[in-house]
Amino acid sequence: MKRSIPEINASSMADIAFLLLIFFLVTTTMDVDTGILRRLPPPIDPNVPLPPPIKERNVFTVLVNAQNQLLVEGKPGNIYTLREKTKEFLKNPNNDPDLSDKAAKDIDLLGEIFVSKGVISLQNDRGTSYETYIKVQNELAAAVRELRDELSIEKFGKKFLDLNEEKSKAVRTAIPVSISEAEPKNVGGNN
Amino acid sequence: MARFAKTKSKKIPTVSTSSLPDIIFILLFFFMVATTMRETELFVNITVPEATEVQKLEKKSLVSFIYVGPPTKPSIYGTEPRIQLNDSFAKLIDISEFVIREREARNEADRPFITTSLKVDSDTKMGIVTDLKQELRKANALKISYSTRKVADKK
Repeated sequence: MKRSIPEINASSMADIAFLLLIFFLVTTTMDVDTGILRRLPPPIDPNVPLPPPIKERNVFTVLVNAQNQLLVEGKPGNIYTLREKTKEFLKNPNNDPDLSDKAAKDIDLLGEIFVSKGVISLQNDRGTSYETYIKVQNELAAAVRELRDELSIEKFGKKFLDLNEEKSKAVRTAIPVSISEAEPKNVGGNN
Repeated sequence: MARFAKTKSKKIPTVSTSSLPDIIFILLFFFMVATTMRETELFVNITVPEATEVQKLEKKSLVSFIYVGPPTKPSIYGTEPRIQLNDSFAKLIDISEFVIREREARNEADRPFITTSLKVDSDTKMGIVTDLKQELRKANALKISYSTRKVADKK
């Protein structure tokens, strides 16, 4: 006796798949996490002597107080001019003795480049709002990015982000990010 | 010519739907692969600040998250910003242990590349963030990322 195998009705398969599909559509979060990448300074080793102090002209001080006001190089500043001021400080086109010092350096692919010795020192109060802090960080990052773009376009005719690994590394050496965040201080004001 | 015209039927041919499940399955697999389910439930309200100079965090598996913000249930936990690690509120002293655990969860070769993403609410004061950063420095978790939303540059 030959038994016929009953055929499974597959028409509801599509519905089942649809249900699963909708479930995954709803639970999906496709957002990519983005952020401003920074490196913290390594912890202070008491046995290692402190590095020699940096010359006054090579430090670009940005202070943010508890009222979210800025003090740039000892003068009250604001967030809108910070980017230009930072660029001017790092670039120092007229060799102003008050702005950052430069040292000639031979870099692969770029030739001899004057690399700024400038360091940006960012200090904030405990009462500063995180939003303002990020805005300042963003402006400083933007200044460095714009300088890198300028150099990349001048040398390679492309924006910094479009460069290949080698060229990008050369530009990064020519314009380093040197943001130092001082040890926390409580510069008055409430927490 | 007339011979051909005669054989043409007037009926509209039905579209075969038997391949529909396959198409849906392909879509399904795409979403299954692309999905990253939220692993931790947030107990704090976080609206991350906006910035223009953002970078993508490339490898999701090498990122550990620290959340800081005002609790979602102010009636129980108050309104002061709190730190959340994994599934619970934490104190500053718990940070170093958290960093060590995160490090041990990854294999040896990946450990130097672990990035700590700070998801901090924009209304938070820097005090707690500074303390957090000092703890991270002590724990030698130096690669950090201030989580921000990307907005277009206004200039």
